[in-house]
Amino acid sequence: MSPAAMKTFVGIDLGSTTTKSVVLDDSSQVIGRGITNSRSNYGTAARVAGEEARVDARFTLFRRALTHAGGLGGHLREFMAALERSFRLEQFTEQLGDLERTCLGQLKGGRFTELEVPLREALGEAFRRLRAEAPSLYAPGAKRKSDFFRDIAGSRFYTHAEAAAREINFPYEVVLNCYDKSILEVENRPPSGNLSDHFRCALARVLAVDQAVVGQAASEVQSIIEDSLALELEETYLVGTGYGRVTLPFSKEHIRSEILCHGLGAHLMYPRTRTVLDIGGQDTKGIQIDEHGIVTSFQMNDRCAAGCGRYLGYIADEMNIGLHELGPMAMKSERPARINSTCTVFAGAELRDRLSLGEKREDIVAGLHRAIILRAISIISRSGGVTDEFTFTGGVAKNEAAVRELRKVIHENYGDVSININPDSIYTGALGAAEFARRAYEGGAIPEAGP
Amino acid sequence: MNATTAAPRAPAKDAEKDASMQKQKAMMAAHYDRLTDAPQSGAKVCSTFVPGNLNELISCFGLLNNLPEVNAIQNGLRRVSGQFVLEAEKIGHSEDVCTYVKSDIGMMAKGNLAPNGKKFPNPDVLLLSYTGCFTFMKWFELLREQYDCETIMLHTPYMADGKITPNMLEYMVKQLKEEVIPKLERVSGVKFDIDQLRERLKKSAQAEEDLVHVLQTARNRPSPIDAYFGGIYYIGPIFGAFRGTDDAVEYYRFLREEIDARLAAGLGPVTPEGNLAKEKYRLVVEGPPNYTNFRQFWKMFYDEGAVVVASSYTKVGGVYDFGFRHDPDRPLETLAEYCLGVYTNRNLPMRIDMLVNYLEDYSADGLLINSIKSCNSFSAGQLLMMREVEKRSGKPAAFIESDLVDPRYFSAANIKNRLESYFQMIEQRRAGARSVA
Repeated sequence: MSPAAMKTFVGIDLGSTTTKSVVLDDSSQVIGRGITNSRSNYGTAARVAGEEARVDARFTLFRRALTHAGGLGGHLREFMAALERSFRLEQFTEQLGDLERTCLGQLKGGRFTELEVPLREALGEAFRRLRAEAPSLYAPGAKRKSDFFRDIAGSRFYTHAEAAAREINFPYEVVLNCYDKSILEVENRPPSGNLSDHFRCALARVLAVDQAVVGQAASEVQSIIEDSLALELEETYLVGTGYGRVTLPFSKEHIRSEILCHGLGAHLMYPRTRTVLDIGGQDTKGIQIDEHGIVTSFQMNDRCAAGCGRYLGYIADEMNIGLHELGPMAMKSERPARINSTCTVFAGAELRDRLSLGEKREDIVAGLHRAIILRAISIISRSGGVTDEFTFTGGVAKNEAAVRELRKVIHENYGDVSININPDSIYTGALGAAEFARRAYEGGAIPEAGP
Repeated sequence: MNATTAAPRAPAKDAEKDASMQKQKAMMAAHYDRLTDAPQSGAKVCSTFVPGNLNELISCFGLLNNLPEVNAIQNGLRRVSGQFVLEAEKIGHSEDVCTYVKSDIGMMAKGNLAPNGKKFPNPDVLLLSYTGCFTFMKWFELLREQYDCETIMLHTPYMADGKITPNMLEYMVKQLKEEVIPKLERVSGVKFDIDQLRERLKKSAQAEEDLVHVLQTARNRPSPIDAYFGGIYYIGPIFGAFRGTDDAVEYYRFLREEIDARLAAGLGPVTPEGNLAKEKYRLVVEGPPNYTNFRQFWKMFYDEGAVVVASSYTKVGGVYDFGFRHDPDRPLETLAEYCLGVYTNRNLPMRIDMLVNYLEDYSADGLLINSIKSCNSFSAGQLLMMREVEKRSGKPAAFIESDLVDPRYFSAANIKNRLESYFQMIEQRRAGARSVA
């Protein structure tokens, strides 16, 4: 290890829906988190989430260094937000360039040859407009429904490509077809280019645009950032977990079950945790842990994934709304419907049936949330019940209606119990995995391959 | 480290088998030939069940023993039970009915062929000698409807208070004398000879002695046997059509020598994937195995270095390791005691005691329960048993779910995930214990 290197410990949780990565320093502090769609290609997902976490780790290092140097006279928070937006814009622009090149690469030979000239024109115009509006997507206060490139670029591309095609009287479907073939390739590779250069460009833009947020001499900030960038982040030990772990070429020493990882992750977040509920994409797990975060008992759903996160996904699809809109809709309900079945396959039929009977959408959705929680509680009770404190993890923990029902049902069955829900609960498994990596290294385990 | 997709797996090699397995295979083949040749040989056939089967008594009348559960298991192992289960559902049996029953009914509907490819004979008598499983009763009702043959029911009282009382014994012996034996005489045309029964019971006791010796070799480290997956082979002859025969005596003597040799050589168990080189985890398993994915299921243990050192399923056709042996001096009483003592006829506290005892006696790391979806006889109460065993032994337990012979209820990814989690949990607790020490 060079003198300017820092040991890091990486946990990767390859879930059925999303892949998460957490980077720890050698004192178990989280320095980076990254998330991406699992897209049934765990190799790519692990790479992309890992890259995201390393980027996040850089920001942590900047923040630490700047805090140490005086905190930019009270402007640190503002500056970091600006720097992050600027960096995201940099990455977005880079990937947009990649997407455009990939689209244009489709024109030579193959099915688009005869349409090359007008298609090139339509694509050129669409991408020009996308690039022009990119800064506004990352302006202060701008809202993005997703941080995944595919989601941001996709929705805006459709708008601009349709307009550009219409203006030259060219079929929009052809442009879309070309895009569809290209986006898969692009999203399956992390942004190219040198990360440090992206940080430098991002910093230059912040310094040029708004000196006020810096609150300290630009050259000094630049030098602090440069020093941080010079520090190599050594991937000292890695542990993988989650359903996709078997597809990765890691030996047993680098793999832990997600049950153990969720148990340990919940313990790190809330050391007094004794019962953990994790509702993920295709699994619901009830886990009991001791005062050291060691699993003492667990239960999970068997062959059937009824009532797991994916169930909510289907419901959202059926209703043609975003997954994140389900919770708020259910919160509006005053008379939740009584629903027994949480079968994912029949979710659509159940929904349509009830709508046809005149039940309100919000009441049905509220009933579905309650049904999910009742099923989860049955799994928990089989694992040994609820012991104070109780920690709820997984993607569904972000859903306010599910949380409300959970609080209610726990109170009805187990009385007053502290219920912990961390804003970063989706990273619980990856956090546990990263801590296993750190402990394995501390215990003398030898990493299989260098980073 | 680069995260790329792992290379595809190599195809499975032929399963490795030791000499006793080959010997048993030949015994089973000969038995099926005897059964399917019955119409020609004139032998009469008695269908009966594994728990509480009265093979010594049945064979006194020259009757051949046909066991529907064993046929279902054979069909599960040969991966044909799935189509039979579907066939039975087509006839009208619901999804939740015991899959042994459905495999049997489906097999009959599809030609009723034995593993040797020849047709099974129709039974001359149905002998229900164990009533601890309520489904057995209904199963034979269905078969009686089909075959219109003599049916005998020996009612076995449940050991609700954890002991066999003189009344219970008296009640069963009375049934044997007044109901079972006269009917078997009538069906077979053979007069009952109690001395012949004594002779057979003597042979049973001899084989039982060797079986217990074999099962208890698992107390050693490393264990030379796997008492669940391998154990299923070891119980085959004694729980099936061979108890009380010279074949069984010879098989168990042979098996005992074979296992003693493995023990002396310090070898672990033979598995289909080869010898288990390093014993990492020692488990006690409660519940039957899954038969449709038997090898895949076993491999999940093999891959992790897990050995089952004791199991309750290998006691389902008789519990011998706490001292019971068939006693030629009390021929009818001993048959009654045998029926009463089978594993699933024991009340829940007795089953808990047994499991806790195994955990201690066999120095196991923990208890694993394979809960069978369609077998309430086994599965009811298992979670409560698990909690109690955990509490009393202080050892970790885990719960997996599958089915006997319905392949639709075997989810490999889910089971593997739970097993791996359980093994890592044991590992984590060991590490925790080390760091505290």
